[in-house]
Amino acid sequence: MPSLTHLQQLEAESIEIMREVVAQAENPVMLYSVGKDSAAMLHVAKKAFFPSPPPFPLLHVDTTWKFQEMYKLREKAAKEAGMELIVYKNPEAEAQGINPFDHGPLHTDMWKTEGLKQALDKYGFDAAFGGARRDEEKSRAKERVFSFRSENHQWDPKNQRPEIWSLYNARKAKGESIRVFPMSNWTELDIWQYIRLENIEIVPLYFAAPRPTVERDGLLLMVDDERFPLNEGEEPVTRSVRFRTLGCYPLTGAVESEAASLNEVIQEMLLTTTSERQGRAIDHDASASMEKKKQQGYF
Amino acid sequence: MVDAQSYQAEALIGQDIEAYLAAHEEKTMLRFITCGSVDDGKSTLIGRLLYDSKMIFDDQLSALEAASKKSGTQGEAIDFALLVDGLAAEREQGITIDVAYRFFATEKRKFIVADTPGHEQYTRNMVTGASTADLAVLLVDARQGILTQTRRHAYLVHLLGIKHIVLAVNKMDLVDFDQMRFDEIVADFTHFAANLEMTPPLAIPISGLAGDNITQKSANTPWYAGPALLPHLETVELAEDAAQQAPFAMPVQWVNRPNLDFRGFSGRLAGGTVKPGDKVRIVPSGKTSTIASIVTMAADASQCDLAEAVAGQSVTLTLKDEIDCSRGDVIAAADNPPLAADRFEASLVWMDETEMLPGRAYELRIGTQAVSARIQAPKYAVNVNNMEHLAAASLGLNEIGVVELATDRPVVFAPFADSQKLGSFVLIDKLTNATVAAGMLHFSLRRAHNIHWQAVDVDRAAHAALKGQQPKILWFTGLSGSGKSTIANALEKKLHANGKHTFLLDGDNVRHGLNKDLGFTDADRIENIRRIGEVAKLMTDAGLIVLTAFISPFRAERDMVRALVPAGDFIEVHVDTPLDVAERRDVKGLYKKARAGTLKNFTGIDSPYEPPETPEIVVNTTELSADEAADVIIAYLDKH
Repeated sequence: MPSLTHLQQLEAESIEIMREVVAQAENPVMLYSVGKDSAAMLHVAKKAFFPSPPPFPLLHVDTTWKFQEMYKLREKAAKEAGMELIVYKNPEAEAQGINPFDHGPLHTDMWKTEGLKQALDKYGFDAAFGGARRDEEKSRAKERVFSFRSENHQWDPKNQRPEIWSLYNARKAKGESIRVFPMSNWTELDIWQYIRLENIEIVPLYFAAPRPTVERDGLLLMVDDERFPLNEGEEPVTRSVRFRTLGCYPLTGAVESEAASLNEVIQEMLLTTTSERQGRAIDHDASASMEKKKQQGYF
Repeated sequence: MVDAQSYQAEALIGQDIEAYLAAHEEKTMLRFITCGSVDDGKSTLIGRLLYDSKMIFDDQLSALEAASKKSGTQGEAIDFALLVDGLAAEREQGITIDVAYRFFATEKRKFIVADTPGHEQYTRNMVTGASTADLAVLLVDARQGILTQTRRHAYLVHLLGIKHIVLAVNKMDLVDFDQMRFDEIVADFTHFAANLEMTPPLAIPISGLAGDNITQKSANTPWYAGPALLPHLETVELAEDAAQQAPFAMPVQWVNRPNLDFRGFSGRLAGGTVKPGDKVRIVPSGKTSTIASIVTMAADASQCDLAEAVAGQSVTLTLKDEIDCSRGDVIAAADNPPLAADRFEASLVWMDETEMLPGRAYELRIGTQAVSARIQAPKYAVNVNNMEHLAAASLGLNEIGVVELATDRPVVFAPFADSQKLGSFVLIDKLTNATVAAGMLHFSLRRAHNIHWQAVDVDRAAHAALKGQQPKILWFTGLSGSGKSTIANALEKKLHANGKHTFLLDGDNVRHGLNKDLGFTDADRIENIRRIGEVAKLMTDAGLIVLTAFISPFRAERDMVRALVPAGDFIEVHVDTPLDVAERRDVKGLYKKARAGTLKNFTGIDSPYEPPETPEIVVNTTELSADEAADVIIAYLDKH
């Protein structure tokens, strides 16, 4: 028999991890952000449990500021997978009208970090799958596949359980929870190739199209709805753009591109010279900022 | 600068992306670790591999250049090590303290490299990184030669069964690419490796900083005939390919039962290959069946059955017969299934701050099985610096030893040397949930090896020896509501967690059965205690530690029971709670009834209580919680 290809190996490992969680955890959930990594992770989950639907719900921690096209795909993907979709919005953030234009870092804190904690507590989820990859960012490169969080959802990088062979230990004390990263060993290119090979549907924003944009602080932002406050004299300009990563639309920079097909996107990605997270405003502050955010409970 | 063009087919990407992707999809994947002493240049080597395979983006490179000037160790030049030293705390200290995973690819393979730390205190991290590796790159500083750390890491790599080892003699540029120096180091290592019966490594002279013999042969080492590092990594055999040659075995992770018409067994193949029609055996039950189908999800429903699955693949199997099979079982080749046993010899790497407790029950995970296991005191510990065997009563953090262990039921296994998946296990502390040890099974111990089995008479001593404990009767006496049962319960939990075989006799399990014909007259109370005493004695003959929680108000009966067992085996625990305190607690409302006269012969009210005169232990419940009282008793037991 020929060797397994790297994608077959990665998929087999991710499936094994997902099944272990289902066998060991009491109340697992899959965090679903609608991005390409989530799409690949959801696809692996469908394969892991076929012909059963994945035996856990999808959770989207919503900020109300995602791209409209993401909301559309969210409903469709959950329905096709035969899974329950839980959408959680932090009620305090909603009441205070927290938004990325007026509230800066508080937006991420309240909607995402706090919202996630609240949702996990509310439904009593003891294990949450996330689509993070180790190649994304330095502190993620050191995180285990099974990553424990204290009752306060904190990560202690100095005190990680040894994770040996594929013998995953999901035992935990009452109140503790686990973040599980089944896609840890995939790279951005692996994800794209898998999407191509398995014909996985992704949000059209990943492909170039003419879109209304404005330039702010070095980021090219898309005017996705009427809530986008335009400055004095600022006019949206139609540019052919696409997104390498998707989040809240006012925080996610587009790149100018003509790559309208999957092959062209992968081609552009391979020839590109800046790394994926550069389009995200969140990492720009200090180079160790992600590590700090995670210690506070960011996914 | 080494030419990196060949490692990212940029021209192909630009001209024919379809062809490039089709080729890239066929790549295999190699996982390896880099290890070696602190300053041997591991991070620099990985940074170099990332850089040469163009895995560093412009923004990372500019951040790297800035960081190199600020905290780098290479002056104005790029410090590749800064690329991989991830956590902020590490960057400040200039050392790697955990395992970091990095990714890069060449035309032939994708690579996952685990950068593992060099310090002794982080052996457990290195074991973590090495456990999933196909290959190890062991770095040596050409100026320093083989150091204690090098030997330790080589031993760990060998212990973890990594078949391919590269001895990368680094910083060759700093010894003027001197062949004699290189040969000297290789000879030194070969001598050491032979003692370990380790596969001889491939030795390569390199410079991580300057790039010699990394992606291609260096002009600076014309005397070196072997391959450069990266070409070797691209062609070395993968562990999973080797596993395909093993007999078929798949530990069942999960039973897939979407409806009454489908029952599949999900798992990842530990070894071999499997096809529909193959005869299989379920271990440990031994039942046989035939593979009906190998199910996977495909867009086209006709593609949902696979013709074959191989080691490393995650699949769902269906069987032709309705037989019992669940998580923990192994589906295996009918004619060559793995064995099941409950006593083993194994190597153990201890990974927890709390040292190993011989006799304690740990959770043992092997494959998808979880059982309770007790470890005996190590046969010996290994000095990882010189491989000497040392006498040891226990193993502490980062210590390695050979132990015997017993599981509470048979587990399916294969020797680690034959199967990494079926021969590796972890131990988990049941109270803290920490993963405390990694183990590699050598072989199962046959009964002939068990000295207890050879005893002609299975007597009291033989029962006790098999359980590895001294039988005792812990006799709790005290007023109603004094806290006897609560303390006895707390104590039993602790003893149980420590791997002791115990049994608690109390009103609930005795009065309702054995003694349900007895009332509360003095005569009945005496007969009650006599029977309990006899049962407790039989249980100690069976090797158990018996806890009894009865008022047992009369001195004479307690002394009668004391006389039934050998001196020192009866421990009287007086749960000393003053009457007014017990009455105030009145948990069951009995004192109230007794005071009201509706309950006759109630100890302390209208029936006497004779406190022990010289009890072994007195517990004052107005000062101690049940938990603390249990600890006092455990301390007493430890002393005697």
